[in-house]
Amino acid sequence: MTPLLGRTLILLALLVATTGTMVAFAAGRRPSASGAAWARRFAYAFAALMVAANALMIYALLAHDFTVSYVAQVGSRQVPTWVSFVSLWSSLEGSILFWGLVLGAYITAATRATRDRHPEYMPYAIGVWLACGAFFSFLLAGPAQPFLTVALPPVDGPGPNPLLQNHVLMVIHPPFLYAGYVGMTIPFGLACAALLAGRLGHDFIRPLRAWLLLPWIFLTCAIVLGGWWAYEVLGWGGYWAWDPVENASFLPWLTATAALHSALLMERKGILKGWTVTLVIATFLLTILGTFMTRSGVFNSVHSFTQSAIGPTILAFLAGALLLSVILLASRIDTLASEGRIEGRTNREAMFLVNNLLFVLFTFTVLVGTVFPLVVEAARGVKMSVGRPYFDAMAVPMGAALLFLMGVGPALPWGRATAEQTRRALLPPLAGAAGLAAVGLLVGARNPWTLVTLAFGGYTAQVTLGELLLPLRQRMKAHGEGFGHALLEAGVRRGRRRTGAYVVHAGAAIVIVAIAVSSTMGVSKELQLRTGESASVGDYTLTFLRTDEVSEPHRQSLVARVAVSHRGREIGVMAPRMNQYERQREPVGTPDVHTSLTEDFYLSIMNVDAQSGTLALHALVNPMVGWIWAATGLMALGGLIALVPRRRGDAVAVRAAIVSAAAELGAAPRG
Amino acid sequence: MSGAATVPSPALHPHRTKWFALGALAVAAVAFAIITVGGIGRNLVYYWGPTELREAGDKAVGATIRLGGLVASGSLARTEGASGVEFDVIDRKGGRVHVKSHGIPPQLFRERIGVVVEGTMDRGGFFEGNRLMVSHSNEYRVPGDKADVNVEEMMRTTEGLQEAK
Repeated sequence: MTPLLGRTLILLALLVATTGTMVAFAAGRRPSASGAAWARRFAYAFAALMVAANALMIYALLAHDFTVSYVAQVGSRQVPTWVSFVSLWSSLEGSILFWGLVLGAYITAATRATRDRHPEYMPYAIGVWLACGAFFSFLLAGPAQPFLTVALPPVDGPGPNPLLQNHVLMVIHPPFLYAGYVGMTIPFGLACAALLAGRLGHDFIRPLRAWLLLPWIFLTCAIVLGGWWAYEVLGWGGYWAWDPVENASFLPWLTATAALHSALLMERKGILKGWTVTLVIATFLLTILGTFMTRSGVFNSVHSFTQSAIGPTILAFLAGALLLSVILLASRIDTLASEGRIEGRTNREAMFLVNNLLFVLFTFTVLVGTVFPLVVEAARGVKMSVGRPYFDAMAVPMGAALLFLMGVGPALPWGRATAEQTRRALLPPLAGAAGLAAVGLLVGARNPWTLVTLAFGGYTAQVTLGELLLPLRQRMKAHGEGFGHALLEAGVRRGRRRTGAYVVHAGAAIVIVAIAVSSTMGVSKELQLRTGESASVGDYTLTFLRTDEVSEPHRQSLVARVAVSHRGREIGVMAPRMNQYERQREPVGTPDVHTSLTEDFYLSIMNVDAQSGTLALHALVNPMVGWIWAATGLMALGGLIALVPRRRGDAVAVRAAIVSAAAELGAAPRG
Repeated sequence: MSGAATVPSPALHPHRTKWFALGALAVAAVAFAIITVGGIGRNLVYYWGPTELREAGDKAVGATIRLGGLVASGSLARTEGASGVEFDVIDRKGGRVHVKSHGIPPQLFRERIGVVVEGTMDRGGFFEGNRLMVSHSNEYRVPGDKADVNVEEMMRTTEGLQEAK
């Protein structure tokens, strides 16, 4: 019964999305109030059907209804309830279903937010969104059906991949990733609508930017949460390996970040309209490429799904979307003519252009390195991958350059500036650069790129802090306000977008510096210890005490107890473990991480020999890794500050309360 | 990249500026492409089995290779005075390569298990391994499944899983 109902909902969603697309495009070509209203109704109906289908699947998962094929594939009576719930997105078919839910939610929100505005664009945008909805409904109705009927339902199922059950971050990471990935459909629709309508008015730039910023925040968090998960679960001691699937999430982030910057220039100067629209479209296409890479089985990594037949379907969609986008761009980009031009070269506008160029080059290098093996395999049948050194060699200089640019750009004034003004803007932050580089030298940084990154980081930090405090100081001086009041007024109530942007910059600068430090200044050691034996790693001394066996309903674990002290001071007993999941062949390790303000001490089990009482450990000292996670929170907070709309209507009081609380949170780590 | 092309140089005539910018952009793009392709060429990791590695002969020496196969029965030995192991990797086509692996092997490592070793071929005819990875299948299989290993699948699933210095 449940499978039949599920299939009916999916088919209805397909029908509604397809019809809605046609209705919406018709309403776009012949504008009418009733046509636009019908387009919106179809959008809401699609979302409602997706909500219903997802609710039904969650019900089936929680009730262990093994007549549903997806439940039989990933469900298990032996896993905790939260794992059953999370199973919704743990495997291919369910993840596409969840995609539909997120898309439905985005379409509803975006349709509702614009319901009485932008009549010349919105029907087209809804049409594009529903076309994407139709494609994902088609996937669910054909190549990736979650609601097939199982004729002879099993008594119990295998449960999801143990790596996904192993850490709570796996509950958070996928929804963020989908909210980022799927959300890029919304700005894509708006960009296409601008091209179809043949103009991109000043009033339409704001929603385009806001709907790009929202998924950008989610994507930023998702990428870092993924790295954090890898760090806490996989046990090799790092957080990023330039794995194709990681790259798949990073590529649209790069183009989206570029688009956020060019959109600002577009809004301010009326230039780069066609370019911004191109970046937004590229972002969407890269999310589809990423979906293809993770779901077709061409790459198979820990993050990706099992091999399936949906690869060719997604590839066909990608090709179609690419072709239509190129045709649309080629035929309509002339209509989005620039209204202004850039005067002079050493000013903020020019730095925005350099920023865009760098982001595009970065995208290009990562894309080439990721796709190259596929092309070679298709052409010559040789299996290979592009090694990490390539990505590192390319990413390090570009990351450092972007970090420096975050300092130089905001330091420079808009418009034409004299040589004297330029000098006065660019010279003082050199103090910050020298300061942070000196600190680096003092604590033992010797890698030239790390020192360069620290110097650039210091430069940017000084500029960013100066820009954040500037309106504050002005207010305190002009109105005689106290610090707290001035912070609220200047930073949050007024110039919110400006404040948000600089908070994001502060977070990004910390992330880049922390990556540079953590990847060059750590200690990594493999140890073999007998019971009672001690060894030292960096400033840490560890003693292997014993191993315990721990039994939980869904897994058996072997836990090593290791006493750890730092420079003679006891830290406590760390407990890296090796987990054997019910009905899974291989054990999965869980490292244990001790975090202090400046560094992590990371222990993961390589192997345990219970008979001879020996333990082989991989021990690492990872400086500043915790800063990456914290600073990403700062980036997300900055994005949220910039996103909250200007006060309008009656929601002001609530928003102000939320924002001021957020601002206090944001101010705390910096202070 | 039309973004960069719109930067005007005040000293030049507008028309010439455009061509100058386009030319500069083209030169930069070509230089960048050369750097990229060169960078990729120097950092390729080949996925080979024992038979293919043998067939490649001297050509394989020096390249970074991911060697995948089964650990042959009776071939496993601990390296004396170090934490490493030595063993033979075999495939179904009858290929066999002797591997000297540095570092502590992972928990599951034993004879008759699928492994992927990353390293280089030595002129002495053995494989020098820096990273040793045991097959981690993504998919559920009935416990006690016969120890038949799909090397191709394995090479992909182990990617990025473990990294030892």
